[in-house]
Amino acid sequence: MMNIPLSITSTIHDWLFSIMPEGAATFTEWILIATAYLALFAVAGLYLVLLERKVAAWFQFRLGPNRVGPWGIFQTIADALKLVSKEIYSNERVDKFLFNLAPYFVIVASLMAMAVFPFSKQFQGFDINIGVFFLFAISSIGVIGLLVGGWASNNKYSLIGAMRSGLQTISYELSVGLSILTMVLLTGTLQLSEIIEVQRTGGWLIFQGHIPAVIAFMIFMIAGTAETNRAPFDLVEAESELGAGFHTEYSGMQFAYFFLAEFINMFIIASIAVVLFFGGWLSPFGITEGITWFPEVLWFVIKVFMIILLMMWFRWTFPRLRVDQLLTLEWKYLLPINMVNLVFMAIVIWLNFTL
Amino acid sequence: MSYFSDIYSGIKTLLTGMRVTGGHFVRIRSENITQQYPDNRDTLQMFERFRGEVVMPHDENNEHRCTGCQSCEIACPNGSIEIIWDRQVDPATGKKKKMIDKHIYHLSMCTMCGLCISACPTDAIVWAQNYENSVYDRSALTKVLNQPGSKLKAGIEE
Repeated sequence: MMNIPLSITSTIHDWLFSIMPEGAATFTEWILIATAYLALFAVAGLYLVLLERKVAAWFQFRLGPNRVGPWGIFQTIADALKLVSKEIYSNERVDKFLFNLAPYFVIVASLMAMAVFPFSKQFQGFDINIGVFFLFAISSIGVIGLLVGGWASNNKYSLIGAMRSGLQTISYELSVGLSILTMVLLTGTLQLSEIIEVQRTGGWLIFQGHIPAVIAFMIFMIAGTAETNRAPFDLVEAESELGAGFHTEYSGMQFAYFFLAEFINMFIIASIAVVLFFGGWLSPFGITEGITWFPEVLWFVIKVFMIILLMMWFRWTFPRLRVDQLLTLEWKYLLPINMVNLVFMAIVIWLNFTL
Repeated sequence: MSYFSDIYSGIKTLLTGMRVTGGHFVRIRSENITQQYPDNRDTLQMFERFRGEVVMPHDENNEHRCTGCQSCEIACPNGSIEIIWDRQVDPATGKKKKMIDKHIYHLSMCTMCGLCISACPTDAIVWAQNYENSVYDRSALTKVLNQPGSKLKAGIEE
């Protein structure tokens, strides 16, 4: 059995430092990492849209796009080409600076959040010791993009959509934060690579903290889909009510930015769930632990796609919530249950009942 | 205390819903209802009440059932039917009666409402099942429904 470890990052690092002076090598490394993240962002966004269309179709007794390439794999490339060639226009009374700035807020927030995820033992962009806190803070910046976009559109329906979105996001951030905090109690550290280390030795966190962790996972999934404005919480972009909500007035590439950012946010929520509950890039029962050339990033991707499939399942099963039902759900049900669950987890840890 | 029973019944209904859609997802191969047109053109059949275009069926002696009464022309809401008729001497009885020369049907203007078919007292016109009606030349959409040399079937006018 080949025991050559797959250490791509250190190989590239050593090679770059051997052929260039130190400053230039560091700079080149930065450029390579940034390009890799942008490529991941674009490819993941494109293929998640295709996956969404195929999965949505399968839940509705029909097949999705299957004409453009086998299983429709070139469909989103065709859509992206169409969007790029569209004319970007806006009416004269929009606030030009803010209108053009709004999509970049959401993209920058999503990209910064993607930088801290441990895709594998070596593929992690930014491993700081307050990883979870950083993630949580960055995902709150995305809501500014929605509000600015809705305000700058000079359209009362977009403004209503943006206000509803801001309301929804700030309410559900509380639940997301508290359920993340419940799991951080088990790990004792906020650093993402350390969290995975704890799961490697002790088993996945959702099994370690049994009942309170399962409850925290359910609350996290509900609050996570609400954070990203996905159905059944998508009254922001309620296609049948508000045109397209806050992104009515955007066309072409700017619309593509908002649209992609929604899918990348879904990827981010799924990644947080995988890292905190399901062991990140670890294999189940450690079956590929000894095979050092196995790319662990494959396990991460498989788990993230399972969670994304779960979120899509939610979208095509449940009817949309009204705004007062949304707020009732958060403030009267999810938040009290979350706080009680936090205390419950603390008691379980104190009495050493974790597995 | 209905708080907890609300939560419990809520979770139960959510899981029931998810089981229904999950069932669709795993059984997609057998339950798929998409027709892969145009690959299945050979075997594709429409349902019985499909409204393709209006045709006048002729039997093996090249006879149709249209008496030229113009009920369909009057019933059509936008004038897609024109009847060209004449009073001629009927060879069988020797008396002058109204006979149809041409039944012109403009498929380009037809709204597929079916009023002409319900108005016809002798069931001369019916719906056809063909769905591929597009042509390159618009004049091909103006059709004459009765075939050349055909005549009225005997015994229809009782």
